[in-house]
Amino acid sequence: MNADRTAWDRRSVVPVIPPIQRRKLAKVPFVELADGRLQGVVSSGSDIARVYVSSIAAKTHGFNCSTNNNRPCGGLGSRPCKHLVALATEAVLQYGFERVARYLGVEAGDGDSTGGDLIRVLKGGPESIPAATVFSRFLRHLAYLEVPATTEPIADLQWFPATGAVR
Amino acid sequence: MLGIQLSELLGEVPPGVEEALDLVAGLDDALVHGLGRLGEERATAFAALAGAMAGTPLGDRLGEAVEKIANGSVADEYLTALAGGRTALFGAVHDALLDRLDSALGRTRAEWAGLSAPASAPDNLLAGSRSWLRELAITGWRGVDHDLVSASSQTVEALLAEPGLRGLAVLLDGFAAELRASSPIATMDVPPARRWADLWARAVLLSHPEGRTGVQEAAGVTGRLLILGVDVHEHGTAVQVQVHGLLEVSGESRPRLVRTSVAAAKVDTIVGTAVWGLLAGYPVLMGALAERRSLQVADMPLTAGGDLVWQEERARPGEAADPFAVARVQLAGALAPAVPPLDRHPVRIAEPVLVEGFTAFVEQDGSVEFRLNDTSIPVAVDRLPACGPLTPELVAAASAVLGLMRWDAGRWSLQPFAVQTTVKRKPAEAHTGDWAMGPTDPKVVKAEAKAGDAVAVLRERAGRLLRR
Repeated sequence: MNADRTAWDRRSVVPVIPPIQRRKLAKVPFVELADGRLQGVVSSGSDIARVYVSSIAAKTHGFNCSTNNNRPCGGLGSRPCKHLVALATEAVLQYGFERVARYLGVEAGDGDSTGGDLIRVLKGGPESIPAATVFSRFLRHLAYLEVPATTEPIADLQWFPATGAVR
Repeated sequence: MLGIQLSELLGEVPPGVEEALDLVAGLDDALVHGLGRLGEERATAFAALAGAMAGTPLGDRLGEAVEKIANGSVADEYLTALAGGRTALFGAVHDALLDRLDSALGRTRAEWAGLSAPASAPDNLLAGSRSWLRELAITGWRGVDHDLVSASSQTVEALLAEPGLRGLAVLLDGFAAELRASSPIATMDVPPARRWADLWARAVLLSHPEGRTGVQEAAGVTGRLLILGVDVHEHGTAVQVQVHGLLEVSGESRPRLVRTSVAAAKVDTIVGTAVWGLLAGYPVLMGALAERRSLQVADMPLTAGGDLVWQEERARPGEAADPFAVARVQLAGALAPAVPPLDRHPVRIAEPVLVEGFTAFVEQDGSVEFRLNDTSIPVAVDRLPACGPLTPELVAAASAVLGLMRWDAGRWSLQPFAVQTTVKRKPAEAHTGDWAMGPTDPKVVKAEAKAGDAVAVLRERAGRLLRR
């Protein structure tokens, strides 16, 4: 194992991105740690065509939630709304508590392990975060499912072995 | 593979391999810090690379590139020369290793006879890719920030829409995702220098207007495909299932080793057994994997590189064929394909072998090793995919293994894709492709039902939100 560690920068195939865990997507179809934010999309509980765009900035912990049409979320006050709690909860399922806490720069206590715990210790308040950017990243995410499959061999994928049976 | 073959393979490193890789390390290190501020030490390492290749056809261009870059002129043509030089070194390493493997296994390999005529592609798309790769090289991995990573998005999106550029699109997307996930790289412990330089150099060559071999010339073949096993490749937004098998071509006495592949775009939340759902459009091939059947193919294109370009309508299911029986009887005499020039890199070495008569050792850290006579081969249990039934435990308990010989960073390893073992005193088998038509293990079926159908959920969201 030590020999493997030292060879990390001499290997062509190394796992760079930690594996993510499978989770139910119905409520929160999209979560990502990107652009210095935990951001994602939460499906509305009442209107099937509406989604909420929720995000929490790393370091400052400023947060925001609005609909995809840029209407502010009614539940958002000085503290995060239920969509932000759902976002944090699903992010913890997907990436693990450690990774999300580290990305946000949250100082978690010993017993903290859930998305609710993360939300509780946020030190920021409501902040203007561009919902359009996040929503367009979600649309781009969905667009992958429309790219047709191919049977042309992709040699480039030799650098990306599937892993994950070791859990 | 026999013990004596393994000890021949591992006996000594082919001459020149270590020296070649040391030369590459200087360039890899320069890319960590950026070509925009090449210090004296790194400029010397650079010059050594150019010096070593002075006698080759690339010598002049590489010499010029190194000089210009050291003087601060980082233009595309110099980067192409640099990437070309690095790729040529890896090509030589690849050839030496594959030769050694072939001679240890007694495997005969065809001579390269393919044409690699450059395919035409819209140059504006390639220009976008080149400009991103140039920025990366100037900045170096340490200097990469969110903005630079995000700058690749538009390029990738445009490339994905162009079928002939799928490989480049998938490569850039996987590369950008790693940079994104590693940010801030400035404070990263040790960046994966070899790997990222590999990905960068390959992308630079594929982004050159004449760099791609495009669709390789392929001839139609008719015969029977006997499946040995399946290798799965995956990153956040792509999955590829690559089947290794023996093709009995009508009229030929000796079977050919071939690969046939299906790749789909995906998103990072589609993982594990869910990836098979993306390949549902290929029921003949997936059915053969799940049912361990042979396949009859008629006039199916086969490239000079040994890739059978799969077409469902030209295939039909054949009789049941046990991959272990196929390998025992026919693998030793099969003809291996030549490797396309641009793909000559050690990561592409994936030679099917059958290994039996070993003793398995499991280390405390979970790593597994097979000992044959006096020689040990590491088993790449970290390459067992989550979409199949193989686990390190099954591999460690196996009496026979089918898999691929791999090489990375000075070390050979065996990547299993099928095992014969004993479960509750009865002989049992497990293959990576067993769940190609859906999982068959009740526990996994239950877990899948609990997780819900990710593909269906996202398709519903796409249908409602995407075209507005």
